[in-house]
Amino acid sequence: MDISKIRHIDDIAQNGPFLPDGTKQKGNMGDSGKMLESIHDAIVATGLKDGMTISFHHHFRNGDYIVNMVLDEIAKMGIKNLTVAASSLASCHAPMIEHIKNGVVTHIETSGMRGELAEQISRGLMDFPVVFRSHGGRAAAIARGELHIDVAFLGAPSCDPLGNANGYNRDEEGATMCGSLGYAKVDAEYADKVVIITDHVVPYPNTPFGIPAVQVDYIVPVENIGDPAGIMSGATRFTKNPKELLIAKAAAEVIMNSGYFYDGFAMQMGSGGASLATVRFLRERMEQENIHAHFALGGITGQIVEMHEEGLIDKILDVQSFDLQAAQSLKDNRFHAQIDGCFYAGYDDNGAAVNALDFVVLSALEIDTDFNVNVLTGSDGVIRGAIGGHPDTAAGAGLSVVVGPLTRGRIPTVVKEVNTVVTPGSIVDVFVTEQGIAVNPRRQDIIEKMEAAGIELTDIETLREKAEKIVGKPDPIKHLDRVVGVVLYRDNTVIDQIKQIDESAL
Amino acid sequence: MKIITTASAGTMESSDIIVRIEPAEKPGIEIHLTSSVMQQFGRQIEEAIRGTLGNLGVEDARVEAVDKGALDCTIKARVSAAAFRAAKRNDYDWRVKQ
Amino acid sequence: MRLRRSMMFVPGNNPGMIKDAGIFGADCIMFDLEDSVAMTEKDTARFLVYNALTTLDYGNIEKVVRINDLSSGLGIEDLEAIVRAKPDVIRLPKTENAQDVIDCEAEIERIEREAGIPVGTTGMMAAIETAGGVLNAYEIAHSSKRLIGIALGAEDYVTDLKTTRSDDGTELFFARGMILNAARSAGIDALDTVYSDVNNEEGFIREATMIKKMGFSGKSIINPRQIAPLHEIFMPREKDLIKARAVMEAIREANERGSGVASLNGKMIDRPVVIRARYLLELAGENPDGEEETQEV
Repeated sequence: MDISKIRHIDDIAQNGPFLPDGTKQKGNMGDSGKMLESIHDAIVATGLKDGMTISFHHHFRNGDYIVNMVLDEIAKMGIKNLTVAASSLASCHAPMIEHIKNGVVTHIETSGMRGELAEQISRGLMDFPVVFRSHGGRAAAIARGELHIDVAFLGAPSCDPLGNANGYNRDEEGATMCGSLGYAKVDAEYADKVVIITDHVVPYPNTPFGIPAVQVDYIVPVENIGDPAGIMSGATRFTKNPKELLIAKAAAEVIMNSGYFYDGFAMQMGSGGASLATVRFLRERMEQENIHAHFALGGITGQIVEMHEEGLIDKILDVQSFDLQAAQSLKDNRFHAQIDGCFYAGYDDNGAAVNALDFVVLSALEIDTDFNVNVLTGSDGVIRGAIGGHPDTAAGAGLSVVVGPLTRGRIPTVVKEVNTVVTPGSIVDVFVTEQGIAVNPRRQDIIEKMEAAGIELTDIETLREKAEKIVGKPDPIKHLDRVVGVVLYRDNTVIDQIKQIDESAL
Repeated sequence: MKIITTASAGTMESSDIIVRIEPAEKPGIEIHLTSSVMQQFGRQIEEAIRGTLGNLGVEDARVEAVDKGALDCTIKARVSAAAFRAAKRNDYDWRVKQ
Repeated sequence: MRLRRSMMFVPGNNPGMIKDAGIFGADCIMFDLEDSVAMTEKDTARFLVYNALTTLDYGNIEKVVRINDLSSGLGIEDLEAIVRAKPDVIRLPKTENAQDVIDCEAEIERIEREAGIPVGTTGMMAAIETAGGVLNAYEIAHSSKRLIGIALGAEDYVTDLKTTRSDDGTELFFARGMILNAARSAGIDALDTVYSDVNNEEGFIREATMIKKMGFSGKSIINPRQIAPLHEIFMPREKDLIKARAVMEAIREANERGSGVASLNGKMIDRPVVIRARYLLELAGENPDGEEETQEV
């Protein structure tokens, strides 16, 4: 650089930290100019206009108040044609139906949705199809600018007057907490304007922070950011369901004999009953044989935390905390780290943590005889789930294990063809049910390992026939031509479409 | 078998079906079915109800059923039990192929 | 030989549990028309179990149905339905004496004839649940060729004794001893009562270990979660299996030589040793006659 262009201290002394009388100016941390009185003021300040994209995170799960609160205010202000890009949506977001009907929301991007909103969208509520992305796919799309966010409205359980925000509160015990703000971190980094909505303004510095002040434009204190009971429960409890325990035991056996269970392995477990129970069986073996995990990734539960605290898992990489125990651990444990969506699963990022996984245990609403998995739509074609990190982790992990019951009530889990392909069979390695284990024929290495360990295998077509024998042969669902959802793979290419269900025959 | 009163059998539990049978307002079997698996199995459930009533010799009845994913064998059992109750009979004939 | 380590209760009016009953690995499933079914639902449960037995495939699992006792006025109708649905075994509750078994057998035989089922197809077992029944255990155990076993039902029994169940099972000591010896003298199985606190795995394991040591064939259970620990307790230890395999191998060699006397390590093998070896190998899921390759050790 041209050194001659660097200004001399004499030029800037009058504008620097020193007052004209030579005394030092004291910082004005209490008045950053970011604090606003209402969501209304924040919307005005961000310059939100018709046709823009606003984003939300789903770390408050089904207890979230932010989405409804913000959309209600936007609707009152008459802004329309917005794209809502949420990391995910839950049943509590049913009020969005009104905002779709009145034209405030015209496009939705999300990982998934449930409840009445999902029901109505499946029945053709929206003119434009919903875009479903995986957590990794969304993070990458935002980072690459494929998904541009104009304004991010991010709820946070704590924030200081400068905007350092976090998913827990160090200054007040018993305050609302959600743990990791992993998905929101990406929005905060890349959105044009970032509004933090918090129920606890805490003194500077709110460290460690999930979202740094430098990324935050405005802060709005509100009475409540969510219903604590809906945000998270105390600890994810162990299943006592004997069927899930059978599945878990079999899944653990598969993992322990797969070659991916060794001292220093890396794992991710879903929050479903069967995958949680799988952890318990693995833990027993880890204790017996003195095997420890180098890290656990993903949605984190109390179970993982306990293993970390016992020294069975060295590090936790937490993009989303599933229960209070996990959130508390994020606050207390030094090697329980808060990571963002890109770090977790961004597909064009060689450093994405999913790529270092030895194994992952995942659930399925449906799996077909080509091992394609659906976690998004029910067997009746109605949207009732979320992609989450399913394809990201299945692709990244050395061994992807999908667990599920052979049938749920009268619904078979194994089918000829899934309603919606979310994770392609090419990255799904094993399917474990309470009535048999099927290894993807693509993984001859795993088949050989299982045989060597004396683990009985069946094939997926046999499982499908077994299910059909129990429940009968379902009639195919009738669809209209209209597309209500587009499903993207983790690289943001289209992998499937969700069509409107045809209920005229019913 | 003649339906002379209103009776039901079954529960609202998952994998069960609650079947309510009452005297018909018009000749024939009239079925009102709601099911958690309507799209995939509605037709088959209705067939199972109709078939079971046929085997029992019930010609006229109004049937209301709320299904929670019951298997065919459960549907047959619930329809049979409700029909005998609604006919106020207990001369079960276990030889009849249910 | 049929293993009866675990006999799992399945309430007769619960379609969800009936549907899944076969997947947990229990040796026997016992569909219950008696105590787990409300008086007002006896008819619906009977229809449900009848339809399940005639439709669903439970593979090689032994299917047992507990009927209501004949004096209740419900038992005969239960038999009319259930015998025709051809379970492996009918379990008679509250058996007081041999006559109860004989009466029930007469009804079963009549229904078998009426239904064109070969007479004798339906097995029976008798549950003993009173002080009187326990004292009559011997005559009950010897009352019918159809009996595959007798079982202790402790809940009613302890009430009859004017006591309650305890963790160490002191109050059941006599009944267990009596029923076990009666069963073994008749060459049939002895099944222990349920352990009803499903969340107390430790207590269950303690009780199951004790009854296994006493000589019981198995135990009635009320939750699938009890199956794995129970089977674990009945699993012979590897060193006993090695010995048992050697015994059976020596017997085979003796047979091949055409000799009636087998010996192992210079000692003649007695008949009880063979019987025990055979039983252990069957418990471990191996074929005592060694037709298939035995597992490598």
